[in-house]
Amino acid sequence: MEETLTPPSVTRQPLSESSEWTFELLDLYDREIGRVAAHYGLDTYPNQIEVITSEQMIDAYASVGMPVGYHHWSYGKHFLSTQKSYKRGQMGLAYEIVINSSPCIAYLMEENTLTMQALVIAHAAYGHNSFFKGNYLFRTWTDAEGILDYLVFARNFIAECEQRYGEEAVEDLLDSCHALMNHGVDRYKRPAKLSMAKEQMRQVEREEYLQSQVNLLWRTLPPREAAEQGRREDRFPPEPQENLLYFIEKNAPRLAPWQREIVRIVRKIAQYFYPQRQTQVMNEGWATFWHYTLLNHLYQEVKLTDGFMMEFLQSHTNVVFQPPFHSRMYSGINPYALGFAMFSDIRRMCEHPTEEDRQWFPEIAGSDWVKTLDFAMRNFKDESFIAQYLSPRLIRDFKLFAVLDDDQREKLEITAIHDEAGYRRVRQLLADHYNLGNREPNIQVWNVDVYGDRSLTLRHFMHNRRPLGESTPEMLRHIARLWGYTVKMESADENGDAQLVGVCEV
Amino acid sequence: MSQLVDRRLSGKNRSAVNRQRFLRRFKGQIRKAVTEAVSGRKIGDLERGEKISIPSKDLSEPIFHHGPGGRRDMIHPGNKEFVSGDQVDRPEGGAGGGGGQASQDGEGEDDFAFELSKEEFMDFFFQDLALPDLVKKQLAAVPEVKRARAGFVSQGNPSNLHVVRSMKQAIGRRLAMASGPREALKEAQEALADLEDRGLGTSPEADELREEIERLKARVAAVPFIDTWDLRYANRVDQPTPSSQAVMFCLMDVSGSMDEDRKNIAKRFFMLLYLFLTKSYERIEVVFIRHHTVAVEVDEEDFFHSRESGGTVVSSALELMRQIVLERYPSQAWNIYAAQASDGDNWEDDSPRCREILSQGILPLVQYFAYVEIEAEEPQSLWHEYERVAAGSARFAMQRILTLADIYPVFRELFRKKVGA
Repeated sequence: MEETLTPPSVTRQPLSESSEWTFELLDLYDREIGRVAAHYGLDTYPNQIEVITSEQMIDAYASVGMPVGYHHWSYGKHFLSTQKSYKRGQMGLAYEIVINSSPCIAYLMEENTLTMQALVIAHAAYGHNSFFKGNYLFRTWTDAEGILDYLVFARNFIAECEQRYGEEAVEDLLDSCHALMNHGVDRYKRPAKLSMAKEQMRQVEREEYLQSQVNLLWRTLPPREAAEQGRREDRFPPEPQENLLYFIEKNAPRLAPWQREIVRIVRKIAQYFYPQRQTQVMNEGWATFWHYTLLNHLYQEVKLTDGFMMEFLQSHTNVVFQPPFHSRMYSGINPYALGFAMFSDIRRMCEHPTEEDRQWFPEIAGSDWVKTLDFAMRNFKDESFIAQYLSPRLIRDFKLFAVLDDDQREKLEITAIHDEAGYRRVRQLLADHYNLGNREPNIQVWNVDVYGDRSLTLRHFMHNRRPLGESTPEMLRHIARLWGYTVKMESADENGDAQLVGVCEV
Repeated sequence: MSQLVDRRLSGKNRSAVNRQRFLRRFKGQIRKAVTEAVSGRKIGDLERGEKISIPSKDLSEPIFHHGPGGRRDMIHPGNKEFVSGDQVDRPEGGAGGGGGQASQDGEGEDDFAFELSKEEFMDFFFQDLALPDLVKKQLAAVPEVKRARAGFVSQGNPSNLHVVRSMKQAIGRRLAMASGPREALKEAQEALADLEDRGLGTSPEADELREEIERLKARVAAVPFIDTWDLRYANRVDQPTPSSQAVMFCLMDVSGSMDEDRKNIAKRFFMLLYLFLTKSYERIEVVFIRHHTVAVEVDEEDFFHSRESGGTVVSSALELMRQIVLERYPSQAWNIYAAQASDGDNWEDDSPRCREILSQGILPLVQYFAYVEIEAEEPQSLWHEYERVAAGSARFAMQRILTLADIYPVFRELFRKKVGA
């Protein structure tokens, strides 16, 4: 702890010269990075930094970083494909694997150099960690304290079901649930917190209650005339519902209690990862910005050698590289690149604002950059963050342009570029791009034929006339497996005219 | 403050279960890929893993997504010459251009490739062959072992206790443990003698010395004669013992009626025999003889892949084999195995001759001769003649094969012998 008290000018000596890491050195670097992070006011959960082998790292990738997971073939598949690309040298395994839990678990791979370890510590243990603790989405939607317990509960429950009902039955159910994961989240409602003790206590209770509810729904048959009338007028559910998994969990007539519980587990985990999907640019940008800033700060204190910095910068540059659209390597906008550039740009606007910045961002220009960045990190998600902070300067740097692809026109049209007339449109369209609601088809539970054949009708609300993809028939089979009766899919255009686009009969 | 945890030794193979689940789920596709891989391999080259690929669309995990069409706004970086209002052609199915779809379609079509380990590969290979579990285990296991001496260890089974070693150890320990007190004892005794010489035998110093001497004597006496850590056990380790060398003859009819399917079944048959042999022999040579009306010795490539037409004279192959054995593989130095595959056709007058060569010329020289008739219609003269051979010799096995599962019974005798040995 002495280092933290000694003024930097006194210990003008690198922490180490060699690129080999030892546990003592990791500890030293972690303390130094933590000291600088505290200096910039980064507030984090306690860190647990684990040194693991590359195989364990691939494993962590395959299970989206969940330290405890239930068994499923798809994780085996992801393991194999990650292993393949790792062996071919197509990807390094260093970043990203950290989830919102307390303590925050970050992984270091044993074969990495000391530089890479320091980079990952700065990136994950201080960057991501502070984001998880600060960002409003994570604060309201996920419970860092409870997740590890919940994952343990989920794994045990599913393992028990496998023993009782057979691996195949559980696997089929999980396949169907996984397919609907993206449609298993509440976008607007606030979820209850997760915890293992509560879950276990409530599980039995819930099972009985749910089953009785379902039965009630199907039992209460009104007299015949009323039924005929109801057929035309009432819909069930009265309002369309966006959370398909929730609807299935509560209302599917033929699921056994244990199946409902598994639907619920998948839904809860989907909900847990939902903020992650909504803050990719911000989260990675924030972590990248801070590993860059923290390590540069240490370098200025002459605690890092030139060799260290060369290696660090090489790696950093690769991470934030954005290939142009005509490059072979192009696969969309790199969230690291965009996020890092945006946070760096906000800092620039605070410290060295131009006339343009003063005009576009009067409240930011010239303000305290640490506070401004902290505010941005806490209160936005990708969509709103870009809509709020993407500056004309960055649009120019990235040479962003907007393309309109309309199947009713023969050619594509360039609707805006990085010029005065285009800034706002480019910014708005880019923000829309990160709106998960636009990226994924908007599918809602529309009606259940309660009095008839119990068929479930889903409605796809088309956005800009975009149809559903070719996976729809397979998806309907999955939903029908959960629902137990016929499932129909309609697509409704902007005028509300619906057309049947798929049926899966049971 | 952060906590550093070394997790490297724990949680290895955490995803082994998921891997098994994956293999089980796609066993149909994997088995197909294994079958293909087997036909591409050499007979002697079965015991290694394999890179398998299966079509990735079979194992996709579907989600709802947008299809092509409708109206889409996209943002791309790296503009070069576009200005607002430009009209551009749609890019042709791919790379870059305005088509954001390209990035999604570009990859998906590849096959999903991964490595099967040796064990997994063998497992899939065996699945078709309907091998009894015991046999599978024996084939997949390491070759037979012999226990060999390997020095001495300090822990072991009482029956392996090595008395001489243990006693030597005890002597050493007794010497080491007693030497200090003994020296002190000797000094004390000398000092006492010195005192007594000087007539001070009753002085307090002398009494003290006497006490000291008693104490040291007791200490020497207390050193145990033998102690648990003296014990040494003879150590034995498993040493693989492939006994010696063998030669395997593969005889196959390549007349026009042997099509690719039949050859593939024949190949499995040869592979299985080869596998059996690798478990017993250190060195195995394989001789390939193919025949129609005349027989020639060829390499493996020609053996399976070239095709001839014309009649069939089986005895030509048997003659050639006998000749090769006599020239190159004297039966006192080699274990000789032969496997013959055919569709049963033979020139009518030749079959009795085959029996003759076989029972008199070949069977006395070989360990085992296995014959399979693949997808033959009616047993013909050759089958009937061979039946007579089989009746007279335990070294001869024959079987008609319709599916792969029929192959194993041919080896049943062979295997039973091996277990008994």
